[in-house]
Amino acid sequence: MKRTIFLFVVALAWLMAGSATSAGHHLYKADVDISDKASLQRGARTFVNYCMGCHSAAYMRYNRMGDDLGIEESILQNNLMFGTDKSGDTMTIAMQKDDAEKFFGTAPPDLSVNARSRGADWLFTYFMTFYRDDSRPFGVNNLAFKDVAMPHVLWELQGIQKPVYKTVQKEDGSQREVIDHLELETPGTLDSDGYQNTVNDLVNFLVYVGEPAQIQRRSVGVIVILYLLVLLVIVYLLKKEFWKDIH
Amino acid sequence: MQDGGIDKKRRHFLTAAATVVGGAGVIATAIPFVSTLSPSAKTKAVGGPIEVDISGLKLGERMVEKWRGKPVWILRRSEESLADLSGMTDILRDPESEVEQQPEYAKNEYRSVNPEYLVVIGLCTHLGCSPNYLARNEANDFGADWKGGFFCPCHGSKFDLAGRVYKGVPAPDNLVVPKYQFISKSKILIGDDSVGNGTGASS
Amino acid sequence: MSKLINGGIKLLNNTLGWIDDRFPLTKTWNEHLAQYYAPKNFNFWYYFGSLALLVLVIQIVTGIWLTMNYKPSAEHAFASVEYIMRDVNWGWWIRYMHSTGSSAFFIVIYLHMFRGMMYGSYKRPRELLWLTGMFIYLILMAEAFFGYLLPWGQMSYWGAQVIISLFGAIPFIGPELAEWIRGDYVVSDVTLNRFFSFHVIAVPLVLCGLVGLHIFALHEVGSNNPDGVEIKEHKDANGIPLDGIPFHPYYTVKDIVAVVVFLIFFCLVVFFNPEMGGYFLEHANFIPADPLKTPEHIAPVWYFTPFYAILRAVPDKLLGVVAMGASTLIFMTLPWLDRSPVKSIRYRGWKYRTALTIFVITFISLGWLGMQVATPNVTLASRIFAVIYFLFFLLMPFYTANDTDKPVPDRVT
Repeated sequence: MKRTIFLFVVALAWLMAGSATSAGHHLYKADVDISDKASLQRGARTFVNYCMGCHSAAYMRYNRMGDDLGIEESILQNNLMFGTDKSGDTMTIAMQKDDAEKFFGTAPPDLSVNARSRGADWLFTYFMTFYRDDSRPFGVNNLAFKDVAMPHVLWELQGIQKPVYKTVQKEDGSQREVIDHLELETPGTLDSDGYQNTVNDLVNFLVYVGEPAQIQRRSVGVIVILYLLVLLVIVYLLKKEFWKDIH
Repeated sequence: MQDGGIDKKRRHFLTAAATVVGGAGVIATAIPFVSTLSPSAKTKAVGGPIEVDISGLKLGERMVEKWRGKPVWILRRSEESLADLSGMTDILRDPESEVEQQPEYAKNEYRSVNPEYLVVIGLCTHLGCSPNYLARNEANDFGADWKGGFFCPCHGSKFDLAGRVYKGVPAPDNLVVPKYQFISKSKILIGDDSVGNGTGASS
Repeated sequence: MSKLINGGIKLLNNTLGWIDDRFPLTKTWNEHLAQYYAPKNFNFWYYFGSLALLVLVIQIVTGIWLTMNYKPSAEHAFASVEYIMRDVNWGWWIRYMHSTGSSAFFIVIYLHMFRGMMYGSYKRPRELLWLTGMFIYLILMAEAFFGYLLPWGQMSYWGAQVIISLFGAIPFIGPELAEWIRGDYVVSDVTLNRFFSFHVIAVPLVLCGLVGLHIFALHEVGSNNPDGVEIKEHKDANGIPLDGIPFHPYYTVKDIVAVVVFLIFFCLVVFFNPEMGGYFLEHANFIPADPLKTPEHIAPVWYFTPFYAILRAVPDKLLGVVAMGASTLIFMTLPWLDRSPVKSIRYRGWKYRTALTIFVITFISLGWLGMQVATPNVTLASRIFAVIYFLFFLLMPFYTANDTDKPVPDRVT
């Protein structure tokens, strides 16, 4: 029995170990904090201004976003709603799927639950690791998503990075070049910290959009667990009392 | 603990405590299951208020808009039609709009915020068919005395130009006036009267 | 005041009498609860039967509520789930309870089955109890399989595609059978709609019926216990087992504690970690199904992975399917493979104890291996463990026939 438990724990520990992108690049940690409304608001602004040209968030309602992020109706209408004037509508876009496929080769996916399939760390790494690659249609490539079809929309903010290579030995003795790290070649309007914060806010916002109910979920959860603990004490005493009969 | 016997009092107390606390939990668990059947955010968004532009509406003309799946009529009434309204009392079932088929601001002889414009839900209060609009001068079977109004073809109910139901027809009540407000001289917001109900155009 | 209460009690008693003259209400209550005698030495492992019943109720209730808003069409399914998660009042809670409940069901059932293997609860005269239980397990796997297609995510779609194509491996009738199951040339809207019907109506009805049979079978022979001693062999002058206690109030009150403990763990998951790192709600399933793009790594949900590992271990497609089928069905033969007269592991010899321990390690290892990408090492390990898995059963008639069993007590300890 003890061995079983030990092995089970070992298996569990392995499973919890870090993950990597399909490109083999390790993931940077995003600093996700859904309770930080200011961060979510900044992220919303970035999303609406930079991403919604091509990406919808078709399951996210504007008025829900306004309520959860503490954005008042008129500010919401004037700054975050470009395609509609009804705050009850969802964040859809005008670009048609067929046109998008023609423009980009593949339609930019809806991002409503993107944070749940990719994960916050992947998204953060994705936005941080665009670099210049003249062989690509939009002139950029990405360490988290190799040969991505998306241009570096935030390039004006980050600037352009270039890859710095290193030589590695292969198993058969030959050598090949791999990217060791990225360096900023042309600066953008934000410095390194500023851009990282912008990206973090955007990722934070996408995590919120992935599951708006998470805020309520956790707060209800605390009450439920506390209640169950109280109930546990009572029913345990009840059981003990009745089982005094049994010897 | 009592010698030999069962401490009945303690047993009863603990059973009662468990029942009460557990019962509270059961009720608290049931509440979301009940609440979830209420209209969802999407339903509320789709059923939200609509803006109607009445600038092009001519005298005696009726326009039909859809709100919450129901037809809403906006009728522009002439001075003559408005004057006729007070003379209809004897042939109407509820001329003073006693039954709550309208908001407070429409509980008047015109059944509207602004006498020139009638806003009603276009569904007969009998069984829900949508009546036809028969203007004063339109050909009809009701004789020379017809002042204009609405006639429901399903079972023959008649309503006047304030949506009030005639006596002697199957429909029991006046046509429903929804919540609405003028948000400008030429725009009505149907379904929402929260900001106040300015009358818009002068009467 | 006391007159009022006395009057009320009299009314209740009269009503009860009226009903009892026409329907076996009190009789059923006594036979199956208040005077159903269960062994007094039930331990931790005996909670999981009633917990399984609880999870069944949770799944049915949350399932009914989900069906109010879910749309079973390829076009709308994924969106309807997000509608439930975002727009429907408390929809997110109902959805998470259903997804957590599905994994909880299998955790509870595996522990419940393990109890049976530890204490010999499948042995005479409880063979039918074990068999009905095994049928419930198989039907439950079908229920989970049908249900998993419904969110119409990438994993839903491709998981179904892979499993149905296994049926295509059956000789002669395979391809037509797969097409008949799908109702189409590939997994499509047609498949989704019928799986919805199976998941929501057909299989739950069968499941409830089987659970009824299972409980009937149990109450006919009476429960086993951790000592494997038959309490019916020693009764008092009134015919009541000396080591038995009425299920109500003793086990009702004890099971309620277990229910609360279970709910604490359940709610910790539902409210704080419903995805469980991608094991209860898989990451790839948040991408809408795309028939043109296969995900990098298709794996079934965690509770199927031991059998999936066995399937992959066999290099031949058809034989892999046969091996996988055999690995689930072979449990049914346990009552006849086990030759020891001793029921409980407490009095079994070292051979059975060792074998069972190895089996548990094997089962968990196969489960883990089934989740991994099929590298050569993973495949080798899967093959080794698959062989050990089957040997546990196939060698059982031999190592249980002359094990160093200890003497079994007369009465429970």
